[in-house]
Amino acid sequence: MSEQKDQPRSLWKRIAGGGSVALAIAFVAGIVVWGGFNTAMELSNREEFCIGCHEMKENVFVEYRNTIHYQNRTGVRATCPDCHVPKEWGPKLIRKIQASNELLHKALGSIDTPEKFNAKRLELAQHEWARMKKTDSHECRNCHNYDYMDYGEQGRRSSAMHQKGFGEGKTCIDCHKGIAHSLPPIEQDIGASKAGTAAEQAKPAS
Amino acid sequence: MKTTLTLLLACLFLGSAPLRAAEEFRPIKLQSLRGDTPVDKTNEAEMFKQEKDRAPLPRDFVQQPPLIPHSIRGYNITANFNKCMDCHAWSKARQANATKVSLTHFKDRDGKELANISPRRYFCTQCHVPQTDAKPLVGNTFEKAETLKPQ
Repeated sequence: MSEQKDQPRSLWKRIAGGGSVALAIAFVAGIVVWGGFNTAMELSNREEFCIGCHEMKENVFVEYRNTIHYQNRTGVRATCPDCHVPKEWGPKLIRKIQASNELLHKALGSIDTPEKFNAKRLELAQHEWARMKKTDSHECRNCHNYDYMDYGEQGRRSSAMHQKGFGEGKTCIDCHKGIAHSLPPIEQDIGASKAGTAAEQAKPAS
Repeated sequence: MKTTLTLLLACLFLGSAPLRAAEEFRPIKLQSLRGDTPVDKTNEAEMFKQEKDRAPLPRDFVQQPPLIPHSIRGYNITANFNKCMDCHAWSKARQANATKVSLTHFKDRDGKELANISPRRYFCTQCHVPQTDAKPLVGNTFEKAETLKPQ
Protein backbone atom coordinates (compact mmCIF):
# COMPACT_ATOMS: atom_id res chain seq x y z
CA MET A 1 0.00 0.00 0.00
CA SER A 2 2.70 2.32 1.05
CA GLU A 3 4.64 1.66 -2.18
CA GLN A 4 1.55 2.30 -4.25
CA LYS A 5 1.02 5.53 -2.34
CA ASP A 6 4.66 6.54 -2.66
CA GLN A 7 4.94 6.05 -6.39
CA PRO A 8 2.40 8.58 -7.60
CA ARG A 9 3.62 11.05 -4.99
CA SER A 10 7.19 10.83 -6.24
CA LEU A 11 5.98 11.18 -9.80
CA TRP A 12 3.97 14.21 -8.81
CA LYS A 13 6.97 15.54 -6.98
CA ARG A 14 9.11 14.99 -10.03
CA ILE A 15 6.66 16.80 -12.27
CA ALA A 16 6.26 19.58 -9.74
CA GLY A 17 10.03 19.80 -9.35
CA GLY A 18 10.64 19.92 -13.09
CA GLY A 19 7.81 22.43 -13.47
CA SER A 20 9.21 24.79 -10.90
CA VAL A 21 12.63 24.63 -12.53
CA ALA A 22 11.05 25.41 -15.90
CA LEU A 23 9.02 28.17 -14.28
CA ALA A 24 12.12 29.63 -12.69
CA ILE A 25 13.95 29.56 -16.03
CA ALA A 26 10.97 31.14 -17.76
CA PHE A 27 10.78 33.76 -15.02
CA VAL A 28 14.46 34.68 -15.30
CA ALA A 29 14.31 34.60 -19.10
CA GLY A 30 11.24 36.84 -18.95
CA ILE A 31 13.05 39.37 -16.81
CA VAL A 32 16.07 39.32 -19.11
CA VAL A 33 14.05 39.62 -22.33
CA TRP A 34 11.56 42.16 -20.99
CA GLY A 35 14.19 44.17 -19.17
CA GLY A 36 16.54 44.00 -22.14
CA PHE A 37 13.80 45.10 -24.50
CA ASN A 38 12.83 48.05 -22.32
CA THR A 39 16.45 49.01 -21.71
CA ALA A 40 17.12 48.95 -25.46
CA MET A 41 14.00 51.04 -26.04
CA GLU A 42 15.06 53.53 -23.38
CA LEU A 43 18.55 53.73 -24.89
CA SER A 44 16.90 54.89 -28.11
CA ASN A 45 15.02 57.51 -26.08
CA ARG A 46 17.93 59.78 -25.32
CA GLU A 47 19.08 63.04 -26.86
CA GLU A 48 22.49 61.49 -27.70
CA PHE A 49 20.80 58.72 -29.66
CA CYS A 50 18.59 61.16 -31.56
CA ILE A 51 21.49 63.34 -32.66
CA GLY A 52 23.55 60.30 -33.56
CA CYS A 53 22.31 60.92 -37.11
CA HIS A 54 23.67 64.02 -38.82
CA GLU A 55 20.19 64.68 -40.24
CA MET A 56 18.98 65.52 -36.73
CA LYS A 57 22.20 66.99 -35.38
CA GLU A 58 22.76 69.51 -38.17
CA ASN A 59 19.20 70.61 -38.80
CA VAL A 60 16.61 70.38 -36.04
CA PHE A 61 19.04 70.08 -33.12
CA VAL A 62 20.89 73.27 -34.06
CA GLU A 63 17.58 75.14 -34.13
CA TYR A 64 16.47 73.62 -30.83
CA ARG A 65 19.70 74.77 -29.13
CA ASN A 66 18.51 78.37 -29.26
CA THR A 67 15.21 77.69 -27.56
CA ILE A 68 13.97 77.68 -23.99
CA HIS A 69 13.51 73.92 -23.94
CA TYR A 70 17.26 73.45 -24.44
CA GLN A 71 18.61 76.05 -22.05
CA ASN A 72 16.82 78.17 -19.48
CA ARG A 73 17.01 79.83 -16.08
CA THR A 74 16.44 76.74 -13.93
CA GLY A 75 17.95 74.04 -16.15
CA VAL A 76 14.76 72.01 -16.39
CA ARG A 77 14.88 70.71 -19.94
CA ALA A 78 12.75 68.93 -22.47
CA THR A 79 14.93 66.83 -24.75
CA CYS A 80 13.92 65.24 -28.07
CA PRO A 81 11.94 62.23 -26.73
CA ASP A 82 10.10 64.34 -24.13
CA CYS A 83 8.20 66.01 -26.97
CA HIS A 84 8.43 63.49 -29.79
CA VAL A 85 7.89 60.12 -28.05
CA PRO A 86 4.85 59.35 -25.85
CA LYS A 87 5.68 58.45 -22.24
CA GLU A 88 3.06 55.66 -21.93
CA TRP A 89 4.32 52.21 -22.84
CA GLY A 90 1.74 51.27 -25.50
CA PRO A 91 1.79 54.54 -27.48
CA LYS A 92 5.59 54.63 -27.09
CA LEU A 93 5.89 51.17 -28.66
CA ILE A 94 3.61 52.19 -31.53
CA ARG A 95 5.69 55.32 -32.14
CA LYS A 96 8.90 53.26 -32.06
CA ILE A 97 7.46 50.85 -34.65
CA GLN A 98 6.46 53.80 -36.84
CA ALA A 99 10.06 55.01 -36.57
CA SER A 100 11.11 52.10 -38.79
CA ASN A 101 9.86 54.30 -41.65
CA GLU A 102 12.40 56.89 -40.53
CA LEU A 103 15.11 54.22 -40.70
CA LEU A 104 14.05 53.46 -44.28
CA HIS A 105 14.37 57.14 -45.24
CA LYS A 106 17.73 57.33 -43.44
CA ALA A 107 18.87 54.50 -45.74
CA LEU A 108 17.35 56.23 -48.79
CA GLY A 109 19.01 59.51 -47.80
CA SER A 110 15.75 61.44 -48.16
CA ILE A 111 16.90 64.35 -45.98
CA ASP A 112 20.66 63.91 -45.93
CA THR A 113 21.48 67.48 -46.94
CA PRO A 114 20.17 70.76 -45.49
CA GLU A 115 18.62 71.52 -48.91
CA LYS A 116 16.75 68.22 -48.96
CA PHE A 117 15.70 68.72 -45.35
CA ASN A 118 14.34 72.21 -45.99
CA ALA A 119 12.49 70.99 -49.07
CA LYS A 120 10.72 68.45 -46.83
CA ARG A 121 10.39 70.71 -43.78
CA LEU A 122 6.73 71.59 -44.35
CA GLU A 123 5.68 67.96 -44.76
CA LEU A 124 7.66 66.79 -41.72
CA ALA A 125 6.31 69.66 -39.62
CA GLN A 126 2.76 68.88 -40.68
CA HIS A 127 3.17 65.29 -39.50
CA GLU A 128 4.25 66.47 -36.06
CA TRP A 129 1.50 69.10 -35.87
CA ALA A 130 -1.10 66.48 -36.80
CA ARG A 131 0.24 64.01 -34.22
CA MET A 132 0.19 66.67 -31.48
CA LYS A 133 -3.28 67.85 -32.44
CA LYS A 134 -4.62 64.28 -32.36
CA THR A 135 -3.42 63.71 -28.79
CA ASP A 136 -4.46 67.17 -27.54
CA SER A 137 -0.74 68.05 -27.29
CA HIS A 138 -0.21 65.21 -24.83
CA GLU A 139 3.59 65.56 -24.69
CA CYS A 140 3.35 69.28 -23.88
CA ARG A 141 0.87 68.55 -21.13
CA ASN A 142 3.19 66.02 -19.49
CA CYS A 143 4.83 69.13 -18.01
CA HIS A 144 2.51 72.05 -18.80
CA ASN A 145 -0.78 71.29 -17.11
CA TYR A 146 -3.09 74.12 -17.97
CA ASP A 147 -5.50 73.35 -15.16
CA TYR A 148 -2.79 74.61 -12.84
CA MET A 149 -1.67 77.67 -14.80
CA ASP A 150 -1.62 80.78 -12.64
CA TYR A 151 -2.76 83.52 -14.99
CA GLY A 152 -1.76 86.14 -12.43
CA GLU A 153 1.86 85.01 -12.75
CA GLN A 154 1.77 84.97 -16.55
CA GLY A 155 2.65 87.93 -18.73
CA ARG A 156 -0.04 90.32 -19.86
CA ARG A 157 -0.14 88.87 -23.37
CA SER A 158 0.17 85.18 -22.50
CA SER A 159 -2.46 85.39 -19.77
CA ALA A 160 -5.00 86.92 -22.15
CA MET A 161 -4.23 84.56 -25.02
CA HIS A 162 -4.23 81.39 -22.90
CA GLN A 163 -7.63 82.10 -21.39
CA LYS A 164 -9.05 82.96 -24.79
CA GLY A 165 -7.50 79.89 -26.44
CA PHE A 166 -8.62 77.40 -23.81
CA GLY A 167 -12.08 78.97 -23.87
CA GLU A 168 -12.24 78.17 -27.57
CA GLY A 169 -11.09 74.58 -26.91
CA LYS A 170 -7.71 75.01 -28.53
CA THR A 171 -4.71 72.85 -27.73
CA CYS A 172 -1.06 73.91 -27.28
CA ILE A 173 0.11 73.09 -30.82
CA ASP A 174 -2.65 75.23 -32.37
CA CYS A 175 -0.67 78.35 -31.49
CA HIS A 176 2.77 77.15 -30.30
CA LYS A 177 4.20 75.99 -33.60
CA GLY A 178 7.88 76.42 -34.33
CA ILE A 179 8.81 76.92 -30.67
CA ALA A 180 11.64 74.38 -30.73
CA HIS A 181 12.51 74.27 -34.45
CA SER A 182 12.37 76.72 -37.33
CA LEU A 183 9.04 77.00 -39.08
CA PRO A 184 8.58 75.99 -42.72
CA PRO A 185 7.79 78.85 -45.13
CA ILE A 186 4.56 80.51 -43.96
CA GLU A 187 2.71 82.85 -46.30
CA GLN A 188 2.61 86.32 -44.74
CA ASP A 189 2.02 88.34 -47.92
CA ILE A 190 5.39 90.05 -47.72
CA GLY A 191 7.34 90.25 -50.96
CA ALA A 192 7.37 87.30 -53.32
CA SER A 193 4.84 84.54 -52.65
CA LYS A 194 6.10 81.53 -50.68
CA ALA A 195 4.39 79.11 -53.00
CA GLY A 196 2.32 76.33 -51.55
CA THR A 197 2.26 77.16 -47.86
CA ALA A 198 -1.11 77.87 -46.38
CA ALA A 199 -0.84 80.38 -43.59
CA GLU A 200 -4.10 79.29 -42.00
CA GLN A 201 -2.86 75.75 -41.64
CA ALA A 202 0.18 76.80 -39.67
CA LYS A 203 -1.23 79.75 -37.75
CA PRO A 204 -4.97 79.64 -37.28
CA ALA A 205 -6.55 83.08 -36.95
CA SER A 206 -6.54 83.93 -33.26
CA MET B 1 55.72 92.86 -13.46
CA LYS B 2 57.11 89.37 -13.40
CA THR B 3 58.63 89.78 -16.85
CA THR B 4 60.28 93.04 -15.82
CA LEU B 5 61.81 91.38 -12.79
CA THR B 6 63.07 88.49 -14.85
CA LEU B 7 64.47 90.90 -17.40
CA LEU B 8 66.23 92.90 -14.67
CA LEU B 9 67.71 89.75 -13.21
CA ALA B 10 68.81 88.66 -16.66
CA CYS B 11 70.46 92.06 -17.17
CA LEU B 12 72.38 91.75 -13.91
CA PHE B 13 73.93 88.60 -15.27
CA LEU B 14 74.34 89.59 -18.88
CA GLY B 15 75.10 93.30 -18.76
CA SER B 16 72.97 96.17 -20.07
CA ALA B 17 72.91 95.45 -23.82
CA PRO B 18 69.97 93.01 -23.76
CA LEU B 19 67.91 95.49 -21.69
CA ARG B 20 68.11 98.08 -24.44
CA ALA B 21 67.14 95.48 -27.03
CA ALA B 22 64.17 94.39 -24.92
CA GLU B 23 63.03 97.98 -24.57
CA GLU B 24 63.23 98.63 -28.29
CA PHE B 25 61.08 95.62 -29.19
CA ARG B 26 58.61 95.83 -26.35
CA PRO B 27 55.18 95.72 -28.09
CA ILE B 28 52.86 98.66 -27.68
CA LYS B 29 49.95 97.69 -25.50
CA LEU B 30 46.77 98.29 -27.49
CA GLN B 31 43.38 97.34 -26.17
CA SER B 32 40.06 97.36 -27.96
CA LEU B 33 36.66 96.68 -26.42
CA ARG B 34 37.27 92.96 -26.82
CA GLY B 35 40.24 93.21 -24.44
CA ASP B 36 42.96 90.57 -24.52
CA THR B 37 40.84 87.96 -26.28
CA PRO B 38 42.73 86.55 -29.29
CA VAL B 39 41.09 86.93 -32.68
CA ASP B 40 40.28 83.24 -32.96
CA LYS B 41 38.45 83.21 -29.60
CA THR B 42 35.14 84.77 -28.60
CA ASN B 43 34.60 86.93 -25.54
CA GLU B 44 32.29 85.43 -23.02
CA ALA B 45 28.94 87.12 -23.26
CA GLU B 46 28.05 89.26 -20.25
CA MET B 47 24.85 88.39 -18.49
CA PHE B 48 22.15 90.93 -19.12
CA LYS B 49 18.59 90.73 -18.01
CA GLN B 50 15.88 91.38 -20.53
CA GLU B 51 13.54 94.12 -19.34
CA LYS B 52 10.02 93.11 -18.38
CA ASP B 53 7.04 93.76 -20.64
CA ARG B 54 5.92 97.34 -20.44
CA ALA B 55 4.03 100.06 -22.32
CA PRO B 56 5.72 101.55 -25.43
CA LEU B 57 8.78 103.65 -24.54
CA PRO B 58 8.93 107.33 -25.59
CA ARG B 59 11.44 108.26 -28.29
CA ASP B 60 14.54 110.36 -27.64
CA PHE B 61 14.79 111.83 -31.14
CA VAL B 62 12.16 112.09 -33.82
CA GLN B 63 13.68 109.65 -36.31
CA GLN B 64 14.36 107.01 -33.65
CA PRO B 65 12.96 103.59 -34.49
CA PRO B 66 10.68 102.81 -31.53
CA LEU B 67 12.21 100.39 -29.02
CA ILE B 68 10.73 96.97 -28.41
CA PRO B 69 9.14 97.09 -24.93
CA HIS B 70 8.99 93.31 -24.45
CA SER B 71 11.17 90.21 -24.56
CA ILE B 72 11.71 88.74 -28.03
CA ARG B 73 13.40 85.55 -26.90
CA GLY B 74 12.65 82.79 -29.37
CA TYR B 75 11.00 85.16 -31.85
CA ASN B 76 12.56 84.14 -35.13
CA ILE B 77 12.77 86.39 -38.14
CA THR B 78 13.82 84.03 -40.91
CA ALA B 79 13.24 83.79 -44.65
CA ASN B 80 10.39 81.41 -43.79
CA PHE B 81 8.57 83.38 -41.15
CA ASN B 82 8.56 86.69 -39.30
CA LYS B 83 7.26 86.21 -35.76
CA CYS B 84 6.78 89.96 -35.16
CA MET B 85 4.05 90.02 -37.81
CA ASP B 86 1.97 87.68 -35.63
CA CYS B 87 0.95 90.77 -33.65
CA HIS B 88 2.26 93.86 -35.43
CA ALA B 89 0.82 93.20 -38.90
CA TRP B 90 -2.12 95.48 -39.64
CA SER B 91 -4.45 92.48 -39.78
CA LYS B 92 -3.45 91.36 -36.26
CA ALA B 93 -2.53 94.55 -34.41
CA ARG B 94 -6.00 95.53 -33.17
CA GLN B 95 -6.72 92.03 -31.81
CA ALA B 96 -3.29 91.73 -30.24
CA ASN B 97 -3.45 95.27 -28.83
CA ALA B 98 -0.08 95.89 -30.46
CA THR B 99 1.42 98.84 -32.32
CA LYS B 100 0.80 98.68 -36.06
CA VAL B 101 3.82 98.68 -38.37
CA SER B 102 4.37 102.24 -39.58
CA LEU B 103 3.01 103.11 -43.02
CA THR B 104 6.53 104.27 -43.94
CA HIS B 105 7.46 100.58 -44.12
CA PHE B 106 5.05 99.87 -46.98
CA LYS B 107 7.07 101.57 -49.70
CA ASP B 108 9.45 99.52 -51.85
CA ARG B 109 12.78 100.94 -53.02
CA ASP B 110 11.19 102.36 -56.18
CA GLY B 111 8.73 104.35 -54.06
CA LYS B 112 5.80 102.11 -54.97
CA GLU B 113 3.24 101.70 -52.19
CA LEU B 114 2.54 98.08 -51.23
CA ALA B 115 -0.34 96.46 -49.33
CA ASN B 116 1.98 95.08 -46.65
CA ILE B 117 5.50 95.76 -45.41
CA SER B 118 8.19 95.91 -48.05
CA PRO B 119 10.77 93.10 -48.12
CA ARG B 120 13.47 95.70 -47.44
CA ARG B 121 11.78 96.34 -44.07
CA TYR B 122 11.45 92.65 -43.27
CA PHE B 123 14.21 92.36 -40.68
CA CYS B 124 12.63 94.28 -37.81
CA THR B 125 15.55 93.94 -35.39
CA GLN B 126 17.89 95.76 -37.78
CA CYS B 127 16.40 98.94 -36.32
CA HIS B 128 14.02 97.97 -33.52
CA VAL B 129 15.72 96.51 -30.47
CA PRO B 130 14.60 95.32 -27.03
CA GLN B 131 16.21 96.74 -23.90
CA THR B 132 18.36 95.07 -21.24
CA ASP B 133 19.76 96.28 -17.92
CA ALA B 134 23.21 96.84 -19.52
CA LYS B 135 25.05 99.97 -18.38
CA PRO B 136 26.64 102.26 -21.02
CA LEU B 137 30.25 101.25 -21.76
CA VAL B 138 31.43 104.86 -21.87
CA GLY B 139 29.94 108.10 -20.58
CA ASN B 140 28.05 110.39 -22.95
CA THR B 141 26.26 113.71 -22.85
CA PHE B 142 23.33 112.76 -25.05
CA GLU B 143 20.17 114.75 -24.44
CA LYS B 144 16.67 114.15 -25.61
CA ALA B 145 15.55 116.31 -28.54
CA GLU B 146 14.04 119.59 -27.32
CA THR B 147 10.83 118.99 -29.22
CA LEU B 148 10.30 115.65 -27.50
CA LYS B 149 10.85 116.89 -23.95
CA PRO B 150 7.62 117.15 -22.00
CA GLN B 151 6.50 120.79 -21.87
